[in-house]
Amino acid sequence: MTRAEASSVLVVEGLSKRFGDRLAVSEVSFSLDAGEVFGFLGPNGAGKTTTVRMLATVIAPTSGSAIVAGIPLDPVNGLEIRQRIAVMPENPGLYLRLTVAENLEFFAGLHGLADPWGRIGQALEAVNLAGRVNDPCGSLSKGLRQRVALARALLSDPTILFLDEPTSGLDPVATREVHELIDGLRDRGVTVFLTTHRLEEAERLCDRVAILSTSLRTIGRPDELRDRFFAKALIVRTAAPLPDPDRVFAVPGIESWRADDTARYVLSVSDARTAAPEVTRALVAAGADLLSLSEDRHSLEDVYLELVNDDVEAQR
Amino acid sequence: MSTQRVRAVVRKEMSEFRRNRLVIGTMALTPLVFLSIPMLTIFTVPASTSPSQAKAAVGVVSLLLFIVPVVLPPVIAAYSVVGERDQGTLEPLLTAPIQASELLLGKATAMFMPSVGLAYAIYLVVVASIRFGAVQVVRNVAFHPPQLLAQLLFTPLLALWAIWVGIAFSTRASDVRVAQQLATLASVPLLGFTSLISFQLITPSIPLAIAFALALLAIDIVGWRVCSRLFDPERLLTGASAHSPLSREPRTNSPSVR
Repeated sequence: MTRAEASSVLVVEGLSKRFGDRLAVSEVSFSLDAGEVFGFLGPNGAGKTTTVRMLATVIAPTSGSAIVAGIPLDPVNGLEIRQRIAVMPENPGLYLRLTVAENLEFFAGLHGLADPWGRIGQALEAVNLAGRVNDPCGSLSKGLRQRVALARALLSDPTILFLDEPTSGLDPVATREVHELIDGLRDRGVTVFLTTHRLEEAERLCDRVAILSTSLRTIGRPDELRDRFFAKALIVRTAAPLPDPDRVFAVPGIESWRADDTARYVLSVSDARTAAPEVTRALVAAGADLLSLSEDRHSLEDVYLELVNDDVEAQR
Repeated sequence: MSTQRVRAVVRKEMSEFRRNRLVIGTMALTPLVFLSIPMLTIFTVPASTSPSQAKAAVGVVSLLLFIVPVVLPPVIAAYSVVGERDQGTLEPLLTAPIQASELLLGKATAMFMPSVGLAYAIYLVVVASIRFGAVQVVRNVAFHPPQLLAQLLFTPLLALWAIWVGIAFSTRASDVRVAQQLATLASVPLLGFTSLISFQLITPSIPLAIAFALALLAIDIVGWRVCSRLFDPERLLTGASAHSPLSREPRTNSPSVR
């Protein structure tokens, strides 16, 4: 075990899962540090949920290995691993005839918590649901049910919290509430493994992301991935086409340029922060009427589409 | 084996029964309806009837009393696992720290209590009715001590057997209705055995009743172990059975397949 692995709460090595002839997950390797919010992105059917289920010891990997919360992934250790982790599936999976308290009491009993009602109170406080403790879960909105499911996942104070598509099917208000709760978990130092296909969610919440499409396509911080996959560029818009753009853009830091409209120019730069003032000065010196100058910012979505579209095309 | 986890499952299941009282209420209706006609027959047996005719009349009632613990539990037992999957509560349960054997024992215990409670309640009503409403020759046949002992001992053990049969189908069926139908059907062979005792074709004695009870108890324990091994989370969640060497559950210290 390397020193990096020693500080990791989750180490996955070449994990694969095959259902009959179909390869669901292929040779996935990554690791998670304590306190990290890790995004696991991919289109539907990419193998995200299958990976979570394997790590939660619910389904068995076909090959590969993992150390989950310090324990080797092995059927013999299933119970011990499940004591140290929590999974919030896409469907909250609450007993709708039972109250919020009864649902949580049941899972507190399964975890063998020493002070179940103390923990239930803390978990409900964490998700701002302390006032709904006696409400039947069937009477709650989808967003509130999601919060109860999150409280259930927090009951045992898990080393790793797996959130599988936590905002799936929620309206924007409920989605924002869940995002705030995940932000709160990060502040409390909880390690979160978040699977999602909502890229803005991953970009906003995650320290690092991995993009999965059966196999792992890339992994890194969102800004790192943008830099890795897209050249840095400045977008210049002027009121009229420049008479001699070659001369205007012959400034330090500009590697090349192209006009993608009559008065819109895309400049490839090595460092946008140092090139932008130079370009501004050159445009002013050339007497150009500058309308805007901005950095061409690629989103995580661009990275995702760049990686995943190839697979989708290949499958067609 | 953690008794705390088993108790947690029992409490949860009982809470669900309490919130859905119709489940238990409707369970009692069918046997009451079926018992009404043979009971009327018993009350109309004249005092001059022969012991063999009285034995036949009592035998029908006795058989129906044995049927109660056999046919009541499969309906709810068949729902136990596939029902969790249908209502979307199975995955949180599978990711919780509980073994299959503990989960199923908790569920079986929770189902056992209302099933046996109902069966005994119906039995008490029938016994009291015979005691105060039937003629002497019928009372003589009905209050045969080994027969009473067999009824008392076999009722919970037959119920438990029917529960394990129901759970076994519930772990493998893809649909609640299929599980319920198959579980009820699979409980029918037990009726052959109970018929022999009900009609006193096997003359029950106290040692024989105890021996049969012990055999049923052993079958019930085997049923629990078999159900725990049939419980395959991967199959339940994905429809595919685990084939990987990693999927094998430890056999050394746990009967669980998880």
